[in-house]
Amino acid sequence: MVVFDKPKSLSPVPFHYCPGCTHGIVHRLVAEALDELNICDKAVGIAPVGCAVFAYNYFECDMIEAAHGRAPAVATGVKRTHPDNIVFTYQGDGDLAAIGTAETVHVGARGENITIIFINNAIYGMTGGQMAPTTLPGQVTTTSPYGRDRRIQGSPIHVCEMLSTLDGVAYAERVAVNTVPNIKNAKKAIVKAFQNQIDKKGLSIVEVLSTCPTNWGMTPEAALEWIKTDMIPFYPLGVYKDTDVKTLNPTSTKEEN
Amino acid sequence: MTMNILLAGFGGQGILFAGKQLAKTAMYSDMQVSWLPSYGPEMRGGAANCSVIISDEEIGSPLVVTPDLLIAMNIPSYDKFEPCVVDGGMVIYDSTLIPTPALREGVSHYAIPASGIAEENGLNGMANVIILGYLLKITKLFEYDKFLDFMVQSIPATKAALIEKNKKALELGYNYEG
Amino acid sequence: MSKKVLMKGNEAIAEAAIKSGCLHFFGYPITPQTEISEYMAKRMPKVGGLCLQAESEISAINMIMGAAAAGSRCLTSSSSPGISLKSEGISYIVACDLPCVIVNVQRGGPGLGGIQPSQQDYYQATKANGHGDEHVIVLAPASVQEMAQLTSEAFDLADIYRMPAMILADGALGQMMEPVDFELATKREVPEKTWAANGTGGKRKKNIINSLYMNPQDLEDSVIARYKRYDEVSEKEVKYEEYKCDDADIVIVSYGITSRICKTAITAARAKGIKVGLFRPITLWPYPKKPLNKLADSAKQFLVVELNMGQMVDDVKVATDCKRPVSFFGRTGGVIPTPAEVLAEIEKIAGGLN
Repeated sequence: MVVFDKPKSLSPVPFHYCPGCTHGIVHRLVAEALDELNICDKAVGIAPVGCAVFAYNYFECDMIEAAHGRAPAVATGVKRTHPDNIVFTYQGDGDLAAIGTAETVHVGARGENITIIFINNAIYGMTGGQMAPTTLPGQVTTTSPYGRDRRIQGSPIHVCEMLSTLDGVAYAERVAVNTVPNIKNAKKAIVKAFQNQIDKKGLSIVEVLSTCPTNWGMTPEAALEWIKTDMIPFYPLGVYKDTDVKTLNPTSTKEEN
Repeated sequence: MTMNILLAGFGGQGILFAGKQLAKTAMYSDMQVSWLPSYGPEMRGGAANCSVIISDEEIGSPLVVTPDLLIAMNIPSYDKFEPCVVDGGMVIYDSTLIPTPALREGVSHYAIPASGIAEENGLNGMANVIILGYLLKITKLFEYDKFLDFMVQSIPATKAALIEKNKKALELGYNYEG
Repeated sequence: MSKKVLMKGNEAIAEAAIKSGCLHFFGYPITPQTEISEYMAKRMPKVGGLCLQAESEISAINMIMGAAAAGSRCLTSSSSPGISLKSEGISYIVACDLPCVIVNVQRGGPGLGGIQPSQQDYYQATKANGHGDEHVIVLAPASVQEMAQLTSEAFDLADIYRMPAMILADGALGQMMEPVDFELATKREVPEKTWAANGTGGKRKKNIINSLYMNPQDLEDSVIARYKRYDEVSEKEVKYEEYKCDDADIVIVSYGITSRICKTAITAARAKGIKVGLFRPITLWPYPKKPLNKLADSAKQFLVVELNMGQMVDDVKVATDCKRPVSFFGRTGGVIPTPAEVLAEIEKIAGGLN
């Protein structure tokens, strides 16, 4: 009996991610969701610029590689052309919340019926550890070497909170992939974000707090711990918006540890 | 035959509409035609003008710099463009709004108090159509009935109430005895 | 009654696009091309299509990228400053070998510039729409009829060669009305879009639309393959008009609205006994080098006339192998020269030739 297997929606190629990076976990969760909902053959994924730039190699559905920050606009073009396709973007924090902020906000304002998987690891990974729009106050990066100073570099953007103010956003939930219970919860959120698209509810976004051991300068274990000790207190987990329950505030933080 | 027409006045006087009527009638008469408006902030109240060229040959530059026929509906337009009219050309102007124009020699001037006539007949905003009627009589550019037909056709069904007013305005201009 | 309708150039582009099967329009308002968006907003819902106003030119071109990748016939339009914003997306679309049509109704520049007609984006359109080795097909209409016809052709060319095609117009052509007959548009056979990202349907391997190559050799190979296609376009798709060139001592090289001002000047010059003709490139890329080179054997001098500071002069010199002198006359920043100004330039050259 097979107890653990590669999801069909994942391509049989090795990931390029660093040891301890949680992109691989999130990729697997997305692929499991595509499998469970049986939508891989009508899915079109949009890869970002950032560490997940090669996502087009990892999913078995049709894939498009977008310019930095433009994935939501590209997804709009695909979805409006083929409303029956299942369209998702997979974006990092620099892509979604810095250079692509306008695209992100307006895809929410329009209520595009797509799914966004948003990886928040509080740093620019691919370019080697620069400050992200989600870098925590005080966090050291190569471009905030003395720690992020709010007076100079401004404050981090709380993406789920911001997007949940938009009428077109059906579902916004922040999850983390630092523990098994949290990973299970992340899976549920991702499945729901795709199910919402099938049900034509509007924009669904799942923000996933992820690790970047390489650029955080930590071991994989320490990085998982840092999500718990530093990231989650600043970026509380939970559902920020769900048009089924009409909530604008977090309804639960569920399992955090 | 090539006729270079310049229509000029304030935004809101229907300068572009008047030019369009001339262009449309020319097109349906199987002539070559171009219509080029001034565009931008002009359409919101400043100066407005449009070039209309009617010809039996291919039209080159669509911009009328030296008109054979100038329609002037305010003083600044008259002062700016009357000196540009070709020798032997024509100027039709609204004498209600341009009461004391300088009259250049070698150019035929035709005055019609179009705005005054419009006001007297409850046709506010239709001085442009009154001038078109006058133009038809003076230039014999198009048959009156043909022009009227195309003008009526270009009024959208939602504004059908305007048809009678336009007819009346065109007629008043055509029958004006200067 | 003739089949002709009186329309603005901008509207003619929009209607021609719809008649060519374009079902998706993405744009952002900017003078002097906004009529295209407005026309699309009115008409698209009635033909089962979509007109979507994006939050920026950047988003609009990326929506085009998505729609094109999904296999749609799609259109975006803008004017000079907006085209600069689109340049990132254009480069990606070129690199992904996606077909689409982009309209630039040029206005004065640089910067915010002005809103009056110009041809100051010639370099940008023909040489550097975006970063990297890249080209798009550039068509320069000179009448409202051509605005319509070249738009139809642009869609076919884009699909056949899997690359963007641009209509490079200007504010005058966009705003002016002339009779247009849409039935004159030609239709070509276009290949099926088997490469589109629209779901595998479980029937084929996944399609990847991508412009990233980590191995320089792979990237070079892809660029070279694309340039082979460019060669084919240059061989087969060049368009131009020759007007009174047979006996011309002076050949004016001019495109778009400017070529019409030149025609008026040519008529006046010929009435004075000056043998002058017009060579009008209709495709600015690929540039009609061969026919222009041939003219250099009979003409004595070339005069380039544009609404810029002489951006096409080098192309004429290269096309004619510098066999004859090439001079330039132009106005820029939105100023349109009169036929009399062009005539004076012709007379000056004619005086030098005698």
